[in-house]
Amino acid sequence: MLKVENVSKVFRSGAFGGKKSRVIHDVDFEVKPGEVVSLIGESGSGKTTVGRMILRLTSVSEGRITFDGEDISALKGSGLKSYYRRVQGVFQDPFSSFNPIFKVGRVFRTIRREFLGDLDAAAWEARLTGALNAVGLEIAALDKFPHQMSGGQLQRLLIARALVLDIRLLVADEIISMLDASTRIDVLNLLGDLKRQGLSIIFVTHDLALGNYISDRIIILQKGSIVEMGATDRVFGDPQHPYTRSLLDAVPHLHERWSDAELKDLGLVADTARFGGHLIEHRENHLVRVYS
Amino acid sequence: MLAVSDLKIHYRTLAGSVKALDGVTFSVADGEIMGLAGESGCGKSTLGKALIRLEERMMYAGGQVTLDGKVLPIADHKAMNPYRFRHVSIVPQYAMSALNPTRRIGRMIDELLDARGLKGSTLRPELERRLAILGLGPDVLGMYPIELSGGMKQRVVMVLSTLLDPSLLIADEVTSALDVASQKKVAGALVEFRDRGYVKSMIVVTHDLAILAQVADSILIMYAGKLAEKAPTRTIVEAPAHPYTRLLLGSLPEVGIRFEEKRLPGIKGRPPSLLSPPVGCRFRDRCPLAFGKCVEEPPFVEIAPGHQVACWKADAHAQG
Repeated sequence: MLKVENVSKVFRSGAFGGKKSRVIHDVDFEVKPGEVVSLIGESGSGKTTVGRMILRLTSVSEGRITFDGEDISALKGSGLKSYYRRVQGVFQDPFSSFNPIFKVGRVFRTIRREFLGDLDAAAWEARLTGALNAVGLEIAALDKFPHQMSGGQLQRLLIARALVLDIRLLVADEIISMLDASTRIDVLNLLGDLKRQGLSIIFVTHDLALGNYISDRIIILQKGSIVEMGATDRVFGDPQHPYTRSLLDAVPHLHERWSDAELKDLGLVADTARFGGHLIEHRENHLVRVYS
Repeated sequence: MLAVSDLKIHYRTLAGSVKALDGVTFSVADGEIMGLAGESGCGKSTLGKALIRLEERMMYAGGQVTLDGKVLPIADHKAMNPYRFRHVSIVPQYAMSALNPTRRIGRMIDELLDARGLKGSTLRPELERRLAILGLGPDVLGMYPIELSGGMKQRVVMVLSTLLDPSLLIADEVTSALDVASQKKVAGALVEFRDRGYVKSMIVVTHDLAILAQVADSILIMYAGKLAEKAPTRTIVEAPAHPYTRLLLGSLPEVGIRFEEKRLPGIKGRPPSLLSPPVGCRFRDRCPLAFGKCVEEPPFVEIAPGHQVACWKADAHAQG
C-alpha cells in the first residue's frame, strides 16, 4: 500500500542555504493494509521527518514515496485532496492542534467543508457519530472548548477527525507521549482496535515499550538511517544491532532495578552512530545493518 | 529532613477555589529520594511548587512545612527568598526552556549567581567539576542553549540548581520530555548527586512509575489532591495496597507485553473535579472494590512499617 523507496532528505542550512546536511539516508520500507509499523529512535533520529514526508509536510530530496503505486510528490489539487482523504496524521501536542477560542466541533466542520461537502446532513451525522463512537466519545463532546477536555480526550477527538474521512493510513507522531499512563493505554488500545478493522498505522515514538505493545513491525532509526527492522518479536526478542541493544537497555523496567554502575553509566548512545554499511537479512523478517 | 503536615493549597479561579492539595502529610528523610506520582491534576506538581514558590493564583490554605527543623515560610513570598536556591531548589518541568536563549550558558549562570549576591568566578571550578561528573565538558559554558540537546540542557539546569548544596531538591517531570537514552542519563544524574551529598533529599515528581522504580527509595502516590499510598519503592511496585496504585501499575505496557496477546485494561473514568470534591474516598467512583463504607473518607494510616495507605480495604488487600 504505502512504499517508502530509498528516500533521503537533505536540509539546507547556513545564511544562504550554503551548508547541506543529510538527515535521512536511504530509508526504504513498506506498510501493508492493517499493519502497525513503529518508527523508533532518539530525538534527532529522523523518525518525525519520515512521518512528515509521508504526510507531504516535508518534501522528499531523493527517492520516492508511493501510495497504491502513485508517487505522492507529484500529487496536486484534487489528487492531493484525495490522498489526504486516505492518509491523515495526528501529532504530539493535542492542545496546539485546536484553536483555544473555538469549540472543538469546529475542527469537524472544517473537515466536512473541505472533504465531504457532497454528503447530506443525515449521512454526515451518521459518519460523525460513528467516528466519535469508535474513539469512545459522545457527540456532545463537540460542544466543549479545548480547555474543558483532557489531553487524552483531545487526542481521541483528533483520531476521530481522521476516521471521519474513512482513512486507510494514520501517521501517529508521538501521540501519547504527553498523556498520563492511564490515558495512554486507552489511546493505544483504540489504535489496536482500529488496526483490527483494517487501518494501517505508522506509530512514531521514542518509547520502546509502547512500540512493542502495539506494532507488528519495528523500524529502528539512528541518525537518519535504518539500523534494524523486522517483526516486533524478532527485533525486540533478539536485537542484533548494538544501537537497538543499547536502546533496549535504557528502557526502565518496573520489576528490575538497574545496578548503580548501570544507572550512572553515561555512555553516549548517539555517539556510536556509524555511517555507511548496508542492511542484510539476518533471518526471515529481520534486517540488520552491517558495516564492512 | 523535610516534614509536611496537613498542607492545603488552593487555586483561585472564577468558579471558586480548586482544592489542589487538600491536607497532605508526609516526610522525606535525609538521603532519601522520594518519588511523587499520580495522574495529571492529582496535585503532584502543585505540591512540588508549593515547597519553593507559590504562584500568584496559588493560595496557602493551611498546614506547615519544616526543613531541617526550621519552619519554611512558604506562604510568605519575601521571607522564602533566603531559603530558595540555598536550602530548597527546583529543576522545573520545562528546564530546557528555563535557559536564556540569548546568553551563553556560562554567562547566564554568572548573572544568575550575581543576582543572588554570589560571585560566579569563585564557584566556576566547582561548576565545571560537577558538569564533568555528568559528562559535560567545560566547553558547554561557552555555548548557547540551542546548541545542546534536551538531555544536556536538563543536566546543565540540574548542576545549576544544586550548586549551593541545597537540603531539598524538587525535580519536576525532569525526564518526561526526553527519549529513553537521555532519560537514563538524567535519572543517573539524580542518584549521583544524592550519593555525593550535593543534595540531601529529593522529591522526584513524575507520572512515569518505571523511572521511579529505578531511582526512588520510596514512592508517594497521590490522587485528586490527597495522598493515596506511600511505601518503599519495592513495596509499591511488588505489593501495592491501594486499588488505585494497582490500576496505575497495571496500565503500564512493559517491553514484552503485546496488545495482540494481552490487552491492558487502563483505568475507567476520570478524576473528580476539585472545585467541589466528593465526600468520602475520592477514588470510589472508579474503584472496583468500592463498598458502602467508602462514603466516609479513609484515613492515611500505616499498615506496615513505612507503608501508609488511605483505603478501607487496604489491610485485607495487603494480606490477601
